[in-house]
Amino acid sequence: MKWIRQRLDKMKEPFSKGKKYEKFAPAINALDTFLFVPNHTTQRGAHVRDAVDLKRVMITVVIALIPALIFGTWNAGYQYLSQIQDQVGFWEAIGEGSIKVVPMILVSYIVGLGIEFAFAIFRGHEVNEGYLVTGLLIPMIMPVDIPLWMVALSVAFAVLIGKEAFGGTGMNILNPALTARAFAFFAYPTYMSGNTVWVHNAYQVDGVSGETILGKLAAGTDVPYNTMDMFSGLIPGSIAETSTVCILAGALLLIFSKVGSWRIIVSGFLGAAFMAFIFNLLGGSYPNNDLMNFPWYNHLVIGGLAFGIVFMATDPVSAAQTFKGKWIYGFLIGLFAVMIRIFNPAYPEGIMLAILLMNVFAPTIDHYVIEGNIKKRKKRVKAQVKTAV
Amino acid sequence: MAQENNNKQMSEKEAKKKEMILFLSNSEEKESFLSKQNLKLLSDPLNDDNPITVQVLGICSALAITVQLQAAVVMSLAVMVVMAFSNMIISLMRNLIPSRIRIIVQLVIVAALVILVDQVLKAFLYDLSKQLSVFVGLIITNCIVMGRLEAFALGNGVYKSFLDGIGNAAGYGVILIIVAFFRELLGSGKLWGIEVLGHKGATMADSTGLYALGYENNGLMLLAPMALIIVGLVIWVQRSRNRKLIEEA
Repeated sequence: MKWIRQRLDKMKEPFSKGKKYEKFAPAINALDTFLFVPNHTTQRGAHVRDAVDLKRVMITVVIALIPALIFGTWNAGYQYLSQIQDQVGFWEAIGEGSIKVVPMILVSYIVGLGIEFAFAIFRGHEVNEGYLVTGLLIPMIMPVDIPLWMVALSVAFAVLIGKEAFGGTGMNILNPALTARAFAFFAYPTYMSGNTVWVHNAYQVDGVSGETILGKLAAGTDVPYNTMDMFSGLIPGSIAETSTVCILAGALLLIFSKVGSWRIIVSGFLGAAFMAFIFNLLGGSYPNNDLMNFPWYNHLVIGGLAFGIVFMATDPVSAAQTFKGKWIYGFLIGLFAVMIRIFNPAYPEGIMLAILLMNVFAPTIDHYVIEGNIKKRKKRVKAQVKTAV
Repeated sequence: MAQENNNKQMSEKEAKKKEMILFLSNSEEKESFLSKQNLKLLSDPLNDDNPITVQVLGICSALAITVQLQAAVVMSLAVMVVMAFSNMIISLMRNLIPSRIRIIVQLVIVAALVILVDQVLKAFLYDLSKQLSVFVGLIITNCIVMGRLEAFALGNGVYKSFLDGIGNAAGYGVILIIVAFFRELLGSGKLWGIEVLGHKGATMADSTGLYALGYENNGLMLLAPMALIIVGLVIWVQRSRNRKLIEEA
């Protein structure tokens, strides 16, 4: 440990003030704080210092993502191999999936962190850790077969337009990972939707459909999976969003470490269940609409709904900040996600658009919650004054 | 009696004419045709006072007709003609227009010019005019046109107003052409209708150029939001190069 510290200090020398590489100091500082807890402390006054800083928060989210990521990697391999052979071994599937998933993660980190470092050096501020999570989220919500350069471009777009244009980590209006997905979705629709992108090489195997459940429902074809398959995640879909079990495991970690807001997660699922339930009731008069008649509990476990609500909607930067606001924000995300699913056949999955929409409205929700609170308190004060008189 | 009256009218008209001439020649200050001040009228809107990136006017048409370079160029020329001449005409009439109805007068003149431009486009560039469809007609409501009439032509001489119209239309056109360049190049792989990035066939094997390597056109570029984002990027670049445009926070 000491040895690393000494090496690092030696490495940092040419970057200190007045030295040759002063300009690149943020880059080396980022590396330093990534490995060690920064040792500069507050000089004056008493301040409570918490061990939990932005880095620990981000690492917690990354750990919470790992179950879903491992399952997603395995599933990517399994969905492909199960088409061409009868028996699929665990490591075989992991290996096959890694060939697809690992390069995507590498590309995402290299491009994203490259831009972040460039901006940090250019603007002379520290490198923020926000990208650790975003960089992992972006490959996890892409289809397996998307070309790597599209991942790179989406990442560049999300970091540049979604984040740096607004002033960097903590200033973005929209969730950067979803910005990347939305960019890819609208820029290259043939690679982001349809029935050939979700399973690697699906179109090369006769008689196999790699369509997602939502795609099948929208097209009106039969769904060959039962609720348990959907819940465990043995279905085609974006890399890491299929397994509701693994996502819930991550959600528990987020809730217990208080990194993610349980209010948003719970209200999100409530909103989706509520909307789907209403459509189920109405569904009797539309017997041909498979999406409407799809049981409400199944709506909760298919598609990216769970992944979006647990990992994207809870993004503390773009979500609502007040407690009451979080309930409203989460509920509306779930509600709109199911509504978009059912009413708009062009967008089989609505969670991406629902979260982006509510990201935009989050400050408005907070504003009205705070206004309401002020009014309530004023009334209370008035009542107190009256009784006192 | 009648003749006398007629004479009176004639002399009145004559007097007015003289007044007009006097007023015109007075308003034109004695300065060279392309003096520094006049050149500034032309060059300012290109950067420091750009109608789109600084004044943020005329955004609607910048979003609508920048999918193709050709359409953007024709649109910029159309706006240039309308702005130059409407500025000139309003400046000529500026002391005759009662201020209460000036907007209506301006609208009538702009509308007349736009109809002229539209007819010319229909006659000589039929396909393009079909493509521009309603947006040529909408030049009437283009905020830049009305803005320059109100802000400049109503208080300045004819020649200066003419230059101001040309300058502002050029500032508008420059941004339009920049945006259209990127949208056409990245959105459909063409420039001025020519496939510069190669031909995209049904499969990768049929394609040439970049498409043979697996390149794809960016569909988002064809949608209006991307035009807004490109305008935003232009503003970003412009402000980081031209520091005085950044407002004090």
